[in-house]
Amino acid sequence: MTEIGSPVATPAAPTSGEASQFDTTAAKKQWQVILRRFARHKAALFGLVLFVLLVLFAFFGGLLWKYDYTDLGFKRYLPPSADHPFGTDRLGGDMVSLIIRGTQFSLQIAIFVAVLSTVIGVVLGALAGYLRGWVDAVISRFIDLILVIPSLIIAAVLVRNSFVVNVAGGGGSSNWLIVALYLGLIMWLSIARVIRGMVLSLREKEFVEAARALGASTFRIVFRHILPNTIDVIIVNATLAIAQAVLLEAALSFLGLGVQSPDTSLGLMISLNKNELTLHPWLFFTPFVFIVLISLSVNFIGDGLRDAFDPRQKRVKA
Amino acid sequence: MFRYIIRRLLISIPLLIVASFLCFGLVNAMGDPLGEWKLAKPRTEAEITAAYERTGYNKPFFERYVDWAGNFVTGDWGESVVPGNAGKDVKEDVLDAFGVTLRLILGAEIIALALGIAVGVIGAVRQYSIFDYIATGISFAMFSMPLFCVALVLKAGGIQLNNWLESLGADRWIITAGPPGEGFSGGFGEQVFQYTGAYILPTICLVVIQFALYSRFQRASMLETLNADYVRTAQAKGVSQGRAIFKHAFRNALIPIITVSSLNIGASFGGAVITERVFGWSGMGKFLIEAIEDLEPYQVLGFMMVTAVFIIVFNLIADVLYAVLDPRIRLD
Repeated sequence: MTEIGSPVATPAAPTSGEASQFDTTAAKKQWQVILRRFARHKAALFGLVLFVLLVLFAFFGGLLWKYDYTDLGFKRYLPPSADHPFGTDRLGGDMVSLIIRGTQFSLQIAIFVAVLSTVIGVVLGALAGYLRGWVDAVISRFIDLILVIPSLIIAAVLVRNSFVVNVAGGGGSSNWLIVALYLGLIMWLSIARVIRGMVLSLREKEFVEAARALGASTFRIVFRHILPNTIDVIIVNATLAIAQAVLLEAALSFLGLGVQSPDTSLGLMISLNKNELTLHPWLFFTPFVFIVLISLSVNFIGDGLRDAFDPRQKRVKA
Repeated sequence: MFRYIIRRLLISIPLLIVASFLCFGLVNAMGDPLGEWKLAKPRTEAEITAAYERTGYNKPFFERYVDWAGNFVTGDWGESVVPGNAGKDVKEDVLDAFGVTLRLILGAEIIALALGIAVGVIGAVRQYSIFDYIATGISFAMFSMPLFCVALVLKAGGIQLNNWLESLGADRWIITAGPPGEGFSGGFGEQVFQYTGAYILPTICLVVIQFALYSRFQRASMLETLNADYVRTAQAKGVSQGRAIFKHAFRNALIPIITVSSLNIGASFGGAVITERVFGWSGMGKFLIEAIEDLEPYQVLGFMMVTAVFIIVFNLIADVLYAVLDPRIRLD
């Protein structure tokens, strides 16, 4: 199905209007099938709704909520109440506004990482698989190298090294981008390997040979003919990378190698409140629940997408 | 096959050289390991020169690397540089830490693999049953949680349990500060008590994440083989359901998980950084974190060489096993 009916791969620039019309209807149909399958997956739909709500909460919640995260005048360690649904922290800040800001940072890091790692992984994986030879050797050895060098050392150099922070963050102030860059740079390996493997087999197919015979450039063959056939894997991987990035960022924060003040993240909030676990549990569990909500919703979406894309899964029950 | 293995191992030698050089460069980029010591107290010029002389840090970067590499191949992994660590032998420390990590991850890995395979297979055979939904829900919840939170909650729970046991007049059971350094003592019952007390929480912690991964993976590959043509053929020619599932589908569904788990195990020798930190085990993860904090170049290099060898070897094992189990795959 992916070989023949794929919407983007087949039209080797059809010139007659009739042919292109035919192709667009075919394309629509495939996307409709995928969307319909996705919509039938209850958990995935639930995940999507939850994720959209979280994004709205993170990026617009601050405008609607009565307190700002900079308001610190409240009584300290207030348990959850109607006025402060998530209580207040040890500095007397309102937890709802802090959670909004933390979720925002966690989400923007995660989305940045997902995009960055997917782009690097897909491009390098496709080049390695299609060009083979020395390009493949260089990229594959590079992947081995990153696997072998302990990633925490790279984190320590990038995140902790004041020189880098000062250059990139403008005076050591904001470092969420560096954390995101670091995560993007270590997370592309798996998708690159998968794409490389797929491209290695796709490059031998007839439609690629046909495109080559028609004189298509390498760039065109890779990006217009081969990669569209891997779109399902790319999308599912990118989705799951969001969940992975949120969790990895939290782990880095716990080790002191993550986001630092004045930036924040849900992971940083949990590790700052790790000693409040028994005495003021809401300070620990609220950011924890929000992390779980983000990664759970994204994992559900990814799972639903995988099922929806998989043409072999004919037996779709409720 | 033999030639393939030899070639793969030979290829990894330049990889190790490049990796160790880069690693040395990265540690170097973090700063001078003697910098903090130099500023901590007023030091005389002679003291400083002596310290740099002793550690070899008076030499240029490249020369230090070559010295280290030359010593490494003869079995001398260098000493720690920071005076506070007083010239501790890197090899001894890394291997100690490795022993701790090994004891921690081995049991957890086996439990996670066995549970994951069992739950994954049942989930696939009874797809969309109550069991499948519950198992899917649990594994989704497990890999949506930040591990350090799970560890912290488990630790807090362990302390509560200890307090409760004490209030009943019993001994404290859970040990949250790592395995006792002097080993376990007393009669058999007591030893079991101490052993489980030290291992149970970190093991649960490690099993949680690995189990989620393995069970999802096994379910997917089992579903694939259950729907494969050769299983339908087997059923069509009258093979019993149990035989079709276990002889035909299950054995083939094990191939991918063997690959995944051997890659995973290879990587896990680097230590369970978070679990070790929360439960106070001085394994590889803790060793690395401390070495990075102290900017110890040779400790980091020693760590890297040990873990790199395991990653390379287990990658190779994964590829070889794949070819052994699936005769259609040819190693070239």
